[in-house]
Amino acid sequence: MIDLENVAYSYGGGELLSDITLRLSPGSFHFLTGPSGAGKTTLLKLFYGALMPTAGHVRLFDADVRELTRDDIAMARRRIGVVHQDCQFLNHLTVTENIALPLLVSDRDMLAEDANLRELINWVGLTQRANALPPELSGGERQRAALARALIMSPDVILADEPTGNVDWEMSQRLMRLLVELNRMGKTIMIATHDLALIRAAKSQVQARVLRISNRSLQLAGADL
Amino acid sequence: MKLPKLDMEQVRGLLSGDAGADRVVPPTGYTAWLTLFAAGAMAFLAVFALALSLATARLADRWGDALARSSTLRISAPEGQMIAQTDAALNVLQTTPGIATARALDAGEQRALLEPWFGPDLPIESLPIPQLIEIIEEGAGYDAAGLRLRLAAEVPGAVLDDHTRWREPLVRAASRLRLLGWLSLVLIAGTVAAMITLAANAALSANAQVIGVLRLVGARDRYIVLAFVRRFTLRSLSGAAVGTVLGCLAVMLLPRAEIGGGFLTGLGFQGWHWIWPLTIPLLSGGVAYLATRAAAQRTLKDMP
Repeated sequence: MIDLENVAYSYGGGELLSDITLRLSPGSFHFLTGPSGAGKTTLLKLFYGALMPTAGHVRLFDADVRELTRDDIAMARRRIGVVHQDCQFLNHLTVTENIALPLLVSDRDMLAEDANLRELINWVGLTQRANALPPELSGGERQRAALARALIMSPDVILADEPTGNVDWEMSQRLMRLLVELNRMGKTIMIATHDLALIRAAKSQVQARVLRISNRSLQLAGADL
Repeated sequence: MKLPKLDMEQVRGLLSGDAGADRVVPPTGYTAWLTLFAAGAMAFLAVFALALSLATARLADRWGDALARSSTLRISAPEGQMIAQTDAALNVLQTTPGIATARALDAGEQRALLEPWFGPDLPIESLPIPQLIEIIEEGAGYDAAGLRLRLAAEVPGAVLDDHTRWREPLVRAASRLRLLGWLSLVLIAGTVAAMITLAANAALSANAQVIGVLRLVGARDRYIVLAFVRRFTLRSLSGAAVGTVLGCLAVMLLPRAEIGGGFLTGLGFQGWHWIWPLTIPLLSGGVAYLATRAAAQRTLKDMP
């Protein structure tokens, strides 16, 4: 689905990531961990074409990102659901409209998708808040709305950057259960988090690989978690 | 200047409308009214600049044409020789290439010319009035210097006035005015473009978050550009339409005093020239379309 081959990324000053090789295969579940500033978010951005690698190759659905046009990247993003820690919405549209936004921008038939949309909103537990505006939502509600928006196009891959960063333990467990459920439905999941307790709790529910960024490179974390 | 390629699909999308794409750009409140007002005011001014350009063009043509195609020969001679000299002059004129007709004005016509100055009761027969001959040119006209030489030899009392000294400064002034009118139109179009670019840039940077979200959920650039372009094009189009209608009304309400052929009172549109002001809203919309599209594409280039 998404392949990284000897990828390096450097900001103006120094190299942040170097020589990273990783393959996200269909149905896999990955945790990405490491200290703050280690490059978790940067690595995720490389996954959905928001950043270009400074060396090596990133392939989105078997196409090298350097050869993709902006429209190609937009099309790839319809197959990749992204949930940010501080998820952004269109604040003048309701929760329902925000969740349906990916359908709107890709010219899908909204009427045909209406049942899906309701079901999804129900699944993330936002039916009561469907007509609220994003600024009126709590942290947990925002995260669930962002997750629903990431899922509405039924993407192949879900990338979540600290999805539980702004919510309490109980809500983070609820979000994790939703993500685990998605993985059982065959979606590829990648979650960046520095919360080791979250990873430990999830490991009992799903077979997940834990990757750690340290010293600019990616290592498979052992059983020490 | 390389004209930007007009994307027909985008133009169709612009006209057919997409309520959804419109919704993704937040409403902007009073800045929308500022854009409308500015587009309207510019269109109003454009109507006058256009009227000025067309009126001066007409004026220059009229002065240029009417005066250039005719000249006057004035014969001052002692009473006894007047008829002989007039005949001699007519003879010379009729054999000069480039002259279609040469006609001596009769007493009635000469009296009519003098009437504004001396009143209707002038006993013209008793005065030593010079005889006037009206010359109408054809083709490329005649050689004035050559004709003067021939007349000097054969009709000593004749003075040729080819109206050059009247015509030239008038035509020059008219063309200068027309140039100023067109320059004003260009400046107005440039101002509309600058104003729309500023408004669009402000809207685009105020909506950087919206654009970021749209890109994240897989919107193509075309979709995002169109959402902004549509809003500003329609705004500029409707503002300019109102301004044009008001401008045209103002031109129509100008007092008519066409008899004098005066310059200021001739300001306005005649016949099919009324089509021209109708193009102002379209041009304004076109300028807004190109300005917003350029601004949106510039903004998007920096967005992943």
